[in-house]
Amino acid sequence: MRDGQVVKGVQFRNHEIVGDILALAQRYVDEGADELVFYDITASPDGRSVDRGWINRVAEILNIPFSVAGGIRSVAEAEEILNYGADKISVNTPALANPDLIDELARRFGTQCVVIGIDSRQESGGYRVYQYTGDPDKTREAGRETVQWVREVQERGAGEIVLNCMNQDGVRQGYDAEQLRLVRQACNVPLIASGGAGAMEHFADVFNLARVDGALAASVFHKAIIEIGDLKAYLRERGVEVRL
Amino acid sequence: MSAARVAIIDGGGANIASLRFALERLAVESELTVDIATIRSASHVILPGVGAAADAMNRLRKAGLDRVIPELTQPVLGICLGLQLLLEASDEDDAECLGILRGTARRFEAVADQPVPHMGWNRITRTNGGSVVGLLNDIPDGAYFYFVHSYALDVNATTVASATYGWDFSAVVMHNNFMATQFHPERSGAHGAALLTNFLSCY
Repeated sequence: MRDGQVVKGVQFRNHEIVGDILALAQRYVDEGADELVFYDITASPDGRSVDRGWINRVAEILNIPFSVAGGIRSVAEAEEILNYGADKISVNTPALANPDLIDELARRFGTQCVVIGIDSRQESGGYRVYQYTGDPDKTREAGRETVQWVREVQERGAGEIVLNCMNQDGVRQGYDAEQLRLVRQACNVPLIASGGAGAMEHFADVFNLARVDGALAASVFHKAIIEIGDLKAYLRERGVEVRL
Repeated sequence: MSAARVAIIDGGGANIASLRFALERLAVESELTVDIATIRSASHVILPGVGAAADAMNRLRKAGLDRVIPELTQPVLGICLGLQLLLEASDEDDAECLGILRGTARRFEAVADQPVPHMGWNRITRTNGGSVVGLLNDIPDGAYFYFVHSYALDVNATTVASATYGWDFSAVVMHNNFMATQFHPERSGAHGAALLTNFLSCY
């Protein structure tokens, strides 16, 4: 009571959100998801420490691997997340601001823990990396060419790359197979396609055309447009190797 | 099975939580420890491992466990790097390992369509006497498990299940009371839980 209604309200809301996360995570496990990614939107943009106890509760129920993305700026923050039970940490904007962070994370935890997220958009001169994409007002071009950045992060110790193709993101018109195929040629670590999934054939196309190692999607699953079990059965019929 | 007293050897790496939670889901309590008496008196011992072989061996030596582990008589399960630590050696930093299981871990080579680390779901197939090994009860041939590793052991006489990533390597090995998986059963869905249950049923 000492902390008043606001704090209580915040806590209650957090519990509700975490409850939703747990229920959703369990549903995806039951449907046959191979891996989950959690974007921690509670991560503070000004670097204040945030309560990441929810990761522990996710780890308690999940029997498949999961990674946490969002606001990881230091080895200490990454260590906290891994100790809570996450399998991997995914870094995007902080790696652009401080590329040495990738080397430090890989040295401390091994490359298998270090996922680099790249937001990429097609410009007149080619594909360019964007940063601060979590906030539309702050989003800006990062001054890097996508394929060059893909090469650099691997040299620094990235064990996996998630390429989010911004031209496609949210429009559900299919993954950007052309860009992913280009990046694939420069990528010797697992490459995960992100952005644009709207129908089952989009998944088949990105696996068959761009030879990615995984396909990430959010809204089609959240909105129950596609059921994961159905998708995997469909992919197997189309010659894509999947775990059923 | 709830009577199992599981000691998880603390190799100092991050990422032990997922293993402890997997055991909790099976209603089994575990203790993360380097204490020799605790490890010797446990009903089951798990040697996990995330990180580099040489570092992990140094930590085991510092705790005196390089002499204790080979003499354990209860069921011992190595997981991932834990499998490699049970071997004679690893090419990773030319580490000398515990020498309980025959062989040396060697590195995958990155080629097209085969990135390193080998990270993801892969199928296992029984080899040698794998069809009669209790550790694999209720696990069909071709079942998928979750792998994360850059080094692996060739198939040899201790291999009871193999997987293929460029070459056939040991996915599950077994020698007397020592068994080990190159994959992570704690992150391998229902089949992984079955394997842990089978391990905890060994005595």
